[in-house]
Amino acid sequence: MSDLPTALNVLFTEFYYWITVVIMFLIHVGFCTYEVGVSRRKNHLTTLLKNTMVIPVVTITFYLFGWWLYSAMVNGWPIGEIAAAPFATPWSELMAAHMGGKPASAGLTEADTALWARLNGVFWAAFLLFSWTTASIVSGSIIERMRSGAFWLVAVMLGSVTWITDAAWGWHPSGWMVRYLGYHDAYASGVVHAIAGGTCLAVLIVLGPRLGKFKADGTPRNIPPQNPWLVCIGLFLIYTGFWGFYAACNIPIYDVQAGDGVFYSATNIYLQPTTLSAITFNFIMALSGGLMAAYLMSKGDPFWTFSGGLAGIIAASAGNDLYHPIQAFLIAAIIVAIIYRMHYWVERRFKIDDAVGAVAVHGYAGFLGVVAAGFALWGYPSSPDALLGHEQPWAVVTPWGQFIGAVIMFWVLGFIPGYVLASILKMFGLLRVPREVELAGLDYHSQASVLEADREIIAVTVEAGRRPAPAE
Amino acid sequence: MTTGNFTDWSGNMLDIGPLYPFVGWEGFMVLLAFIAWIGWHVLQIRAETRQLDDEVRLLRQGGNLEKAVEAESPVERF
Repeated sequence: MSDLPTALNVLFTEFYYWITVVIMFLIHVGFCTYEVGVSRRKNHLTTLLKNTMVIPVVTITFYLFGWWLYSAMVNGWPIGEIAAAPFATPWSELMAAHMGGKPASAGLTEADTALWARLNGVFWAAFLLFSWTTASIVSGSIIERMRSGAFWLVAVMLGSVTWITDAAWGWHPSGWMVRYLGYHDAYASGVVHAIAGGTCLAVLIVLGPRLGKFKADGTPRNIPPQNPWLVCIGLFLIYTGFWGFYAACNIPIYDVQAGDGVFYSATNIYLQPTTLSAITFNFIMALSGGLMAAYLMSKGDPFWTFSGGLAGIIAASAGNDLYHPIQAFLIAAIIVAIIYRMHYWVERRFKIDDAVGAVAVHGYAGFLGVVAAGFALWGYPSSPDALLGHEQPWAVVTPWGQFIGAVIMFWVLGFIPGYVLASILKMFGLLRVPREVELAGLDYHSQASVLEADREIIAVTVEAGRRPAPAE
Repeated sequence: MTTGNFTDWSGNMLDIGPLYPFVGWEGFMVLLAFIAWIGWHVLQIRAETRQLDDEVRLLRQGGNLEKAVEAESPVERF
C-alpha cells in the first residue's frame, strides 16, 4: 500500500464490493415485502420473521465454514483433494480487521496478508449476500405451513454448504467443473438459481401442499396474493438488488493480458474479460424479454409479469457477460414462456403447491439458462488458460458440458440434499406446523396475546371511567 | 466448432473485438428484435380486446354494472 496506483487499485476494489453489498440488501427487503404480500394476513408476522432470520443464521454459519468451503472444495473433494484456504478459516487473523504486513500466526505469509487484509471482509460479504439470496429463494414457496426452525436449517444447508460447494466447483477460476466440463455460468443461473430451485422442489414434495390448495379431485385452487401491490413492489426491489448481485459477480479491475504487456479490464469470476457496459445492456434486455413474455403468457397477471422479468434475468445470466443484448432478450423471452407452462404442468401433474412459482422462476429458468449458454457459447474458452498458466487448455463451453453442469446444480446439489434434510425433519415431526395452527394462522400465538392485552386495557379503562372523580 | 469470434484469451486483448457469439449476424438479430417487438404489440392488443369484450358482456348482464359501480369491496363487485 506504499505506492499510490496499487493502493488505489486495492481501495477501489474494496469499495466496489462494499457498495454491491449495500445494494444487495435490497434483495432481502424485496423478499420480505413480496412474501408478506403473498401470504394471508393471519401468517404475515411469521412469514416476515422467517425471512429476516435467514440473515443471522446464514451469516454465522457462513463465517464458521461457508467461506472456507468456497476455496477448499474447488477440486471436488472427496474425489479431489481439499485446497488450503488459511485466510478463510474462522480462527484466521485475516477473518477480522487487519492492516496487512507481517502476519501474527504461522501458516500465513506477507503475500497472503497483502491480498486479503483489505479484501477478505468485502469478498466474504459479497458471497454472504449471495448465500442469503440462495437460501431466501426457498422461503416463498413453503409459506404458511413450514415450521420456521425447519426452514432455517434448510437455509443453513443451502446457504452455507451446498450452494457454496457448487460455487467452488463451477463458479471459481480453479473449479473442477470449469476445467473438465467447460462450465460457464457468469451470473449464477445454475450456481444460485437452479440449485435453489432444486432444493425448493424437494422440500415441497416432502412438505406437501397448503390445506385446501387441491380439491378432492386433484384440481388446484388458486390462492391469490392478498396484497398484489406489495408483491410487485417487493419484486421491483429484488430487481434493484439484483444489479448489485451482477456487479458483485465481476472482478472490477484485473490485468488480463497474458505474457508481456498489460491490459486492465473488468472480468467475470473466471477471470475472463468482460465489461460493466456489456452486463448493463444484457441485464436490462433480459429483464425486458422476461417481462414481455410473461405478460403475454399470463394475460397481464401482475404477479406473473413481475416474476417473469426476474426469470428472464435468471435465464440469460449464465452467458450475460458475453451475449449480444438481443440474444439476451430472446433467450429470456423464450425460456420464460417455457417455464410458465412448466409451473402449471408440474402443479397439476404432481400436485406440487409452490406458492410463488420459485421452482419455475429460479429452478427451471436457471437450468434452461445454463443449457442455453451451452449452445449460444459453444466453443468459447471456459478459462484464460495462458493468463492462469494452465499446462493444457481447459475444456471449452459445450451443450453437453453445460447440461451435465445444470444436472449437478439442480439435482445433485439441489434436489437430493433438500429431499434428505426435509425427510429427516419430517421423521422427527419438525417440518410442518400442526393442522390446527395452519388453519388458525401462524401468527395465532402473537395475535392471541395482543388480543388479551387489548381486552385487559379496555376492561381497565372502562373500570376507571366508572369510578367517581377524586374530590378537589 | 465455435460460435465466437475467438478461440482463446491469449494474444493481444485489442485484437479480440466483439465478445458476443454470431458476429456478423447483427442485422438478422435486429430483424428478430423488431419482429418480437411489433409482434408483442399485436398479440397484446388482440388479447386486451378479447378481455374487454368479455367484461362488457358480463357487465351488461342483469344489474352487474350497477353492482360494480356501487360496491367498494372486490368480493362484492361480483
